[in-house]
Parts: sequence; C-alpha cells; structure tokens
Amino acid sequence: MSAVGTPMLRKEDPKLLTGEGKYVDDIQVTGQLWMGMVRSPYAHAKVLGIETADAAAAPGVHAVYTGADLEAMELWIGPLPCAWPVTPDMANPPHFPVSTAEVNHVGDIVAVVLADDRYRAADAAELVVVDYDPLPAVASIDAAVADEAMAHSDLGTNKAYHWPLIPDPDALEAAFANATHHVDANFVQQRMIPSAMEPRGVLAVPSPHGGDVTLYSATQVPHILKVMLAATTGIPESKIRVIAPAVGGGFGAKLNVNPDEILAVTLANKLGRPVRWTETRSEAAFSTHQGRAQNQRIELAADGDGKLLGVRVHLDADMGAYMMLITPGVPLLGSFLYTGVYDVPAFGFTCDGWFTNLTPTDAYRGAGRPEASYAIERAMDILASKVGIGPDEIRRRNYLAGGEHFENLDVPSTLTFDSGHYGPTLDRALELAGYGDLRAEQQARRDAGSSKQLGIGLCTYVEICGLAPSRALGGLGFGSGGWEHATVRMLPTGKVEVVSGSTPHGQGHETSWSQIVADKLGVAPEDVEVLHSDTAISPLGLDTYGSRSLAVGGVAIASACDKVVEKAKLMAAHSMEASADDLEFNGGMFSVAGSPDKAMAIQEVAFGAFTAHDLPDGMEPNLQEQTTWDPPNFAFPFGSHVAVVEIDEDTGNVELLNYVAVDDCGVQVNPMIVEGQVHGGIAQGVGQALWEGANYDEDGNCTNPSFMDYLVPSSMEMPNFTLDFTVTPSTSNPLGVKGVGEAGTIGSAAAVINAVCDALSPHGVTDIAMPATPQRVWRAINDAKGGAA
Amino acid sequence: MEVHVTVNGQSHSGDCEPRTLLVHFIREQLGLTGTNIGCDTSSCGACTVHIDGESVKSCTMFAVQARDADITTIEGMADDDGTLHPMQQAFMECHGLQCGYCTPGMVMAATSLLSENPSPSETDVREGLEGNLCRCTGYHNIVKSVLAAAGGAS
Repeated sequence: MSAVGTPMLRKEDPKLLTGEGKYVDDIQVTGQLWMGMVRSPYAHAKVLGIETADAAAAPGVHAVYTGADLEAMELWIGPLPCAWPVTPDMANPPHFPVSTAEVNHVGDIVAVVLADDRYRAADAAELVVVDYDPLPAVASIDAAVADEAMAHSDLGTNKAYHWPLIPDPDALEAAFANATHHVDANFVQQRMIPSAMEPRGVLAVPSPHGGDVTLYSATQVPHILKVMLAATTGIPESKIRVIAPAVGGGFGAKLNVNPDEILAVTLANKLGRPVRWTETRSEAAFSTHQGRAQNQRIELAADGDGKLLGVRVHLDADMGAYMMLITPGVPLLGSFLYTGVYDVPAFGFTCDGWFTNLTPTDAYRGAGRPEASYAIERAMDILASKVGIGPDEIRRRNYLAGGEHFENLDVPSTLTFDSGHYGPTLDRALELAGYGDLRAEQQARRDAGSSKQLGIGLCTYVEICGLAPSRALGGLGFGSGGWEHATVRMLPTGKVEVVSGSTPHGQGHETSWSQIVADKLGVAPEDVEVLHSDTAISPLGLDTYGSRSLAVGGVAIASACDKVVEKAKLMAAHSMEASADDLEFNGGMFSVAGSPDKAMAIQEVAFGAFTAHDLPDGMEPNLQEQTTWDPPNFAFPFGSHVAVVEIDEDTGNVELLNYVAVDDCGVQVNPMIVEGQVHGGIAQGVGQALWEGANYDEDGNCTNPSFMDYLVPSSMEMPNFTLDFTVTPSTSNPLGVKGVGEAGTIGSAAAVINAVCDALSPHGVTDIAMPATPQRVWRAINDAKGGAA
Repeated sequence: MEVHVTVNGQSHSGDCEPRTLLVHFIREQLGLTGTNIGCDTSSCGACTVHIDGESVKSCTMFAVQARDADITTIEGMADDDGTLHPMQQAFMECHGLQCGYCTPGMVMAATSLLSENPSPSETDVREGLEGNLCRCTGYHNIVKSVLAAAGGAS
C-alpha cells in the first residue's frame, strides 16, 4: 500500500505533546551569560553619549558594552548581510549589530549587558543611561515618499531603489488607450507583526580551546545563517555549527540574520562562555522583522465585456530602517503575480523601495504574493461592478486557458506556469458555500433592511512557490541558489536515515518525507528517521521558506532514494546471480522476473552493503546516496476561496460565518498535513484582513507591540473551515507536488475584504482598509450615510 | 526565598527571588521546560499549568505564591508507562498541533475545560480556549481535538 496520499499521524507529535521537544530557550548550559539589550526609545536620533558605570556595578553583571566598545573589540568584519541587492545602485546603509553614532528605529541596539541571569540582564539594561539628540522620524511610507525628513541622515534620500518589470511598454500603453473600463485602485498592505508563538532566541556555546562555536537559534535558516555568520564575523565557516532545535513557528520571521545572533556568537567566542538571549514578546516588535508594509496602486484596462487588456501596478514598499536578508526582494516575489490567474495581454510593474525609521521589514507568510493576490483580486471585484456582472463571472471570463486545464503556459509577467485548472476550483467552492442560497439570503436581508448584512467574497489565487530555480534567482540578483540537498542511507539493520538541508519548524516534514521514502524504498514509514536542522549533521542545505520543503527538499529525497534503489539492484543482482535488467523492485523486495522464488529484501541488501563481503567488483561498500536537486521551474499552486461574513451595521463588527477553500497544491503526500497548513494559512490572512496591524505614531513608536493590543486571532474569532481540493500535478518535478505552506494566506485576505465590501455595497462603499475593524466598518457605513450619527 | 511545591506528584524545594515568576521557577529551577513562554502580558496561555486542579497561566504568579501547591505540568500528563493522556492522544489524532509551542498550554487548558464541562459544545470549546493563542492551526483542529477527547460531543 502506498504511504504517499495517506493522512499518516505525525512522527513529531509525541515529543511536542509531552514537553520533550526542546526549543532554544529550553536548552540549559552551565556558565551561561544572559544578554540584555539596551534599545533606543527614539526612532531616529544621534547618540551623544552612553553612561554604563551603574549598570556595570549592578549585581550579577559581567560586562556592559556600547557600540563603540564592540567596534574596538573588532568582533565583526562587516555589517549584517542583505543577500538580495535588487538593483546595482540600491541604497543599503550599513547595519551593524549595535549602533554607534545614529539610531534609526525604536529598538535599535545601542549597548549590550551580560549578566548571570535574565532578570539581572534586564535590570542592568535599564541602568544604562544614553544621551540622545532626537532627529525627525520618517514614520510612514507617505512620509518616506515625501522625502523631506530623512530616515538616514547621510543618505540624502529615503528612496532605496526603483525596480521595473515592463515587458512591452508600447503594448501596455495601447491596452489602456483602448480600454472601455478602467479600474484605478489604491490599497494599503499594513505592517504585520509575524508573531510565531515561540519568540526568537539564541544560545551560543563556544569552545575556547578548540576555536569552534555552536549557535542554537530559533531560525528557519541554519545553513544560510552559518554562511552569513562566517561572512560577517570572519570566523571560519568550518568552525561554526548552527543548530535549529525544535522551532515554534516561523512564518518568514525566522529567516533572517539578526543582531542578536551575531552578538551571541562573537561575545561567546570572545569571553569563552555561553551567551544567550530570548526576546520577550513586547521586544519582538523591535527585534524581529515585520511583514507586508506596501502602498499599492493597481490599474486594470478591460474591454466592454470585462475582458482584461492590461494590468499596471506601482508599489511603494516600506523597507523599514535597514535592508535585512531579503528585505528589498520581498515585493519583487509578488511582482510576477499581479496578473493573477488571468489571461492579461499587457503587463507593467514598478516598485520603489523606501527607508523609514521603523522596524525593518522582510518575509512574512507569502512574502509579496499575498499582497499581489490581494491587489488583483480586489481590483477584479471592482471591475465586475463596473461591468455590471458578478464576481464569479468576471473571473470566469478572464481565467488563463479559459479556466480549462493547461501545462507549461507562458504568462505576460514573463514566467511559465507549470500547470493549472482554475475553473473547477471556483465551481466547487461556490457549490460548497451554497452560493445561490447565500445570494438569496443576502437579498432577503437587504430587502428587509436588516441590521445584520451578509457579504460574500471570492478570490481565485495563484502563487509562486518551490523556491527556486537557481538560474532564476541569479537573474533576480539574489545572492544564493535555490537547490536542496538530501542524503539517504540504509543502516546495517535495515533502518533508513534521511538527511535533508531543509529545516522544518512545525510543518511535519519528518512525517511527509518519511512517507515518500517509505514508498520509494518499500520500507515502513516508522523505519525512516529524518535528520535535519543541524549543520554538522546536514552540512548542505538552503532551509525552509517559500513553500519549498516538499517541491524542492522532498524531491531531492525522492531522487536520492532512486539512486539507493539503483545501487541496491546491482548488489541484489550480484547476490542472486541474475542480471540487473531482469530484476524487479516492488514493496522493498528485489525479485527475478519469471523466478518467483528468487527474491531479496532491500534490508538484506543493505546488510550486505555494510559487511561488503561480496560486492560486485569495483563497487563501494554501504548503501548511501545523495542528490542536490535544482528545480527547473517554480511551482504554481492555486485555488478558489469564498468568505462569508455578517456585518452588524450598528456596531461595525464583522463576523466570519463560513470560509470555504478549494485548493490545488498538486499531488498530496499527507492530506491531513495539507489541510492543517491551509487552516493556519487562512487564519493568518483573515487576521490581516480583520484585526492585525502594527500601529505607529508620528514619532515612530509602535503603539501595539504586545499581545494585549496586537490582535492575533483567538479561537473565538475563527469559524470552522470547509475545505476541498483538486489535484493538478506540477510539471516542475517528478513527484508532481507543488506546496501549500503559504497558499491559505495568499487567498484569504482578499476573499474576506471582498466579502466585507460586498456586504457594504448597498451603501456605496467600494473599499475598506485593512484591518477592517469595527470602528472602520462603522465609520464607512456612517460616512456613506452622510455622517449623520 | 525557599519555595516548596509538589509538581507532577514529586516534591521539590528551591530557593528563588521573591520576584521570580512561577513559569521561570518551573522551567529553570525544576528543569521542566515543557511549559512554554509565548508572551509577557498573560495573553497567550503557552505557560498554562494546573495548580490544585485549576488551570493557571504560570506567568501570572510568582513562584512564592505557589508555595505548597500541587502543580501539574505537561510532563505529568502521560502515564508512567508512556501512554498519552486522552487529550494528548486526541491532539495527535486530530492534527491539533503543528509547531507544538502552544500545545502544552492548550492541552492543560483543554483538560481543565473538560473537567468543568465534560460535554462541551463547539462554542463552549472555542470560548474555553479563548485565552490560549495558536498561530499555526487556525484552531480548527484544536477544537476538533478537544471535542474528540470529550467523546465526540458536539
């Protein structure tokens, strides 16, 4: 029986359910020092002086270092890395772990305290007195674009880069000149605080005599981090080991190279003692990057029937104070998706990146793609109302390939979509939602003048995942490849060890990968052990982000399994004195065609490979193979979502009554895990649509950094989800898999806001900003009524 | 200050500052790191334990306030022979966890919920778990897990 395609329970769970799972903060070592960060309370200021004597004299304090102290100690050879210089002339002000002369966002570190426990480190950090000369702060994208106050005093402008993607400017111009309908819409992608439940944390353990250092970090990217630590600190890469133990969610926020990681490693090395730090939740708004933060303008040109002729997009994207690892590239990841699932003859995209004096931005679940999906899917609803047709009909009229099945289709944004079949996902989603009945119910409530209005929102999304073909990344100026590495070895006892360079942090990779291996090698999934997330055990890898761990990581594992079987076949043929060409491999058994009594289990072959007593001439002992898989193309999952909301017009409260998602992520390895990924993804998109958003005052202070006022949805706000799937295999890899980690988020914000706008449409409300809080909704209704209340 | 507590049936004594939070005492002094810390405002519930049978966010009290208390943490839920507690088993079977960070707190809160209301409705479960945040699951499978543990009541 095939393991792939079954909802196998997760191997990861027993440890996590019993408290055995070890996250960074759970790892205790002797002799450790706690870092306490002294952070700027100003968004932008000159640092005139720092007084550390009181802090240094406080009980339990080992040392206090200012930025100048650390610079003099020569702990690093360069600033924190940005791996994605999107243009040759991109501005990139140096970003050091600790600031010396100028601070550029609230939370910028100006000094570090080392103490013998976390309480004393926090106390001592409070005793450091810093003399600041405040400067004007750039506290919004609009302020950055105005380019009057400067986020960086020496830069002369806030603009970081201009990036265009306009394949055919003449065609684009003609499309808009010939249009009957023109949509010109502006949307704001508010700043999001990613809020993985496990705060980020680090623990660096040095080896004073051996010269090596081990960093435990709550990271999605131990391999990339190791390379970057070496490049930044000058410590030889071969002396650095990075371990991501159990990691409590990431959502993109743990794929960076952070000041704390550099500080822990270099100070541990310098002092010969373990150094650690774990952010508090309220600190995380300043110590961990944020997401989204774009102002979007999208224009659609369409003919009289609503058939799209062209799409033109401009983004002003908030980089925050510094370029982190992939900060400038995040909007570009979405650039190719502003034409969505539609057949659009002409396309143009430009993005300006801007510095502000706010926490740096970088990847957050979907990274550029939810923003793109939101813009095009909101704009399509606006187009539908201009044309006078329903939101379902406008989509059907414009689907690529007419909504029919396609493979390897070139789209105007210069990519080739692997496969798609959009029509059935919408049909099924509308059927599951009971679309006809919902519309009837909506009309009845409108006719009755009910204060509880119904809204129905649709979204058909496509996304780019399986990051990424290395050549494509090179073309985009990215500083790394996109391959993934895997090793598969059969142990002497017949058990299997799999090593992957992809780094799970809650997705259940050990289970899914075991299912693939079980089928490939004909072994039981429980006989497969997956090793990962430790650069000493898995030396080659490019980690986890961009829904790549199955479409790239899993495919690498499958390919290594194929090589194991190939070698084992030669060994089995030798042992059974048969020709390898006559051997069949089924369910873990090699058998000779036509001689049913001649058979050999792969476990037996593995033992023979280990003893090496009787191998074919020239064959190396042991049964271990590896593959580095570089995908030929991205994967493009898609789906249709329907959100049903009820709006209380008296209070403005939006209740999500039902959420239907019909997704297609290609071949599914573990349907239970796929569903879980969709559930969580939807919740994060709904969170952005209705409740979440980092608020900053005009001085650049985040006014809702804690869970008291940053509203991560609770169980009370979420409905049960209704899910279904279609399966359109990818042509980008031999398993036909796509990816599902981000899909839910990419479809859901647009569906929910389309539903809210649908409910409010009788009032003439055509748009509402995210998050659509009760206050915003009530005001929109009230304003539409003439503001009489 | 000397604090004596019983945790998972075992007697423990430890010396701590008066300001030491119970969760830090449990994690760092007793070495029971299954109880997690997800926030600093008593909002997320990752640190939920049982104190004298009631679910409590262990970041909301000082260790000294728990003097002589009978505490159960996630490490005390499974049987000595390794058999998972029915709530843990339900979370596993219903895929009620992903990254696992909120899970110990969820399991503790959910068992406490069922001890007060053995046959909750879906709404009861959602209301009962409101103080425990999860970022991975959208709560769908957590609610399913708790209802399953309650014997399929709906």
